[in-house]
Amino acid sequence: MTAMSVHIEPSLHDPSQLADLREQVLERGEGLSEEQILSVLTSPDELLPDLLELAHAVRMKWCGPEVEVEGIVSLKTGGCPEDCHFCSQSGQFTSPVRSVWLNIPELVKAAEQTAATGASEFCIVAAVRGPDERLMSQMRDGVKAIKEAVDIEVAASLGMLTQEQVDDLVAMGVHRYNHNLEAARSYFPNVVTTHSWEERWDTCEMVRNSGMELCCGCLVGMGETIEQRAELAAQLAELQPDEVPLNFLNPRPGTPFGDLPLMDSKDALRTIAAFRLAMPRTILRYAGGRELTLGDLGTRDGLLGGINAVIVGNYLTTLGRNPEEDLELLEDLKMPIKALSEQI
Amino acid sequence: MAEPGFCGHCGRGLDEVDHDVCRARLRLEPPRYCAQCRRRMVVQVIPRGWSATCVEHGTVSGG
Repeated sequence: MTAMSVHIEPSLHDPSQLADLREQVLERGEGLSEEQILSVLTSPDELLPDLLELAHAVRMKWCGPEVEVEGIVSLKTGGCPEDCHFCSQSGQFTSPVRSVWLNIPELVKAAEQTAATGASEFCIVAAVRGPDERLMSQMRDGVKAIKEAVDIEVAASLGMLTQEQVDDLVAMGVHRYNHNLEAARSYFPNVVTTHSWEERWDTCEMVRNSGMELCCGCLVGMGETIEQRAELAAQLAELQPDEVPLNFLNPRPGTPFGDLPLMDSKDALRTIAAFRLAMPRTILRYAGGRELTLGDLGTRDGLLGGINAVIVGNYLTTLGRNPEEDLELLEDLKMPIKALSEQI
Repeated sequence: MAEPGFCGHCGRGLDEVDHDVCRARLRLEPPRYCAQCRRRMVVQVIPRGWSATCVEHGTVSGG
């Protein structure tokens, strides 16, 4: 399951070698190639502060100082027929997560809690292969109720879509759709066997052509090689999503990846810098796992190393930091929260 | 209500094994097992809270 670790000689080992990358990404706004991403990911620890500084400068130049704040909630939890090996909501594993639906009043309450933090985005998530009519109906009612009660953009993550469902979500007023690639194409069969990487790509293409913004991210630290991590960043860059949520594996009990170790924090920070340098203009969001992988200090380093969006509060089945801690951190860093309807 | 007998994280008896790791994990996740009877609970997480319901022993919640 876990890919074999092979030592790679770093091709990037001196701060003076960053001059070419600086010219390419910072000055011209051209993202790194897969080979260049690999050179960043394999660079030594001594170079990490310089890489983070460059990634931060790129983010500030091409995205600005604002940070997009989002809250997420699970509309339909557990009982998923898919076998994503990292996920506690699959019905195929012995995870303790039980199936449950959130009702509309609770959904609106969750949106209100999110808006109260200053967030501009609220994402409704369901653990499904793709939405059936019951879920689409719940979405219609839920999005309408939220829009009547709360001033916030609504996003959705409901698995793989048909063109008709894409059109329905646009008609509901869904602003952004999340569908992650999760892993590099070459590693995906080690992560999911019930659907293909290409099926995910196809849904992302449909969303991108629909008028909704595309949110497409991944999980790192699932046993992929460094080369596969570079491949993943290059594939995401090719897709050109508006937003990339970056998750670090939080091994869940009962799942096939439940016994994997946490990702090394320096590798995680190198990954943040590499993703920013691969996608200079993309919203790069801290998603799940940062609390365990990076802790408080690493979270700050990532915000000063290319990250320009956060999920505040709890995740779908696990808990996050207290939102006030994240908001205080953003204030300390003099990074204003992106206002509603303002484009980064 | 009776004294808790089971770990909310792993569901095993509190006297059965050491639960230091479980207690640490419960700072970043809600309980999944009822402390009274170790039934799996129905858990709902929202941005600023969670609730966990045992069919026999009711609901516990947290912020």
